[in-house]
Amino acid sequence: MTNFTPFASLAGGILIGLSAAAMLFFNGKIAGISGILAGVLRPVKSDTSWRLSFVGGLLAGGMLLRILLPQSFEFDILRPLGALAIAGLLVGAGTRLANGCTSGHGVCGVARLSVRSIVATAVFMATAAATVYVVDHLLGGSI
Amino acid sequence: MKSLLSFISGVVFALGLGISGMTRPVKVIGFLDFAGRWDASLAFVMIGAIAVYSMAYWWIRTRPAPLLAEGFSVPQRTDIDRNLVVGAAVFGVGWGLGGFCPGPALTSLASGAMPVMVFVAAMAAGMYLQGLVARSNWWRILTRPQALPALRPVRDDS
Repeated sequence: MTNFTPFASLAGGILIGLSAAAMLFFNGKIAGISGILAGVLRPVKSDTSWRLSFVGGLLAGGMLLRILLPQSFEFDILRPLGALAIAGLLVGAGTRLANGCTSGHGVCGVARLSVRSIVATAVFMATAAATVYVVDHLLGGSI
Repeated sequence: MKSLLSFISGVVFALGLGISGMTRPVKVIGFLDFAGRWDASLAFVMIGAIAVYSMAYWWIRTRPAPLLAEGFSVPQRTDIDRNLVVGAAVFGVGWGLGGFCPGPALTSLASGAMPVMVFVAAMAAGMYLQGLVARSNWWRILTRPQALPALRPVRDDS
């Protein structure tokens, strides 16, 4: 279905690691996207401007990708809108309940050897793989 | 200065997501599809990111403070509670269903594609609803019945 791209993926991962390291080195913050976004949606204290800037950076980076690497947004197949809406709700609620997502738990937390993050990452990888199995194999991708 | 560096970090993070393939749900679902045509590429995203960040982390934490802030805001909790496990499980189902996690979804907003906007709007709603439920009294009573007496007005029986 997709090509194996170990070098591009490794290079992208290194950039993600460098970005997260810069957030810690300069600002003392963990680069967890779900937490950063939640802080923008429900502003607390005077802790909002760096979050807004980071989200703005993600969008600006997205615009750059659109110019430099348009294939990043070749979505090929996407799930139907209804499924995406349910998926969005689950991702939003689940990441808040677990206090993190792929970046905060999966990258930063695992790298810090945080027990909570290692458990969270194992759990979300398992349920994500199980969901793909059910949707794409048991239901034949017809949702 | 703090905001400028956050902005630059956000740009680099987004470029990393795009280059690695994380912004393409077909790639994410291929990575999660162990029973089908498994595409192992995205394992290399984690390997690269974790390798860099773990080395950086141990070095940065030997310093007394971050360069532009008074202290580090790093989570210290070590307990495995129900919220962590249930939340991660729910997040995983959404990730497998949609093929987007929060970072790639926000980055992909730049594509202007309608399905991405629907996903991000729903994700924001999910975050809001979770907060609403977690702060509601009935949820506290359902999940922690032992906290019930604390929510009742105290009566003076004397």
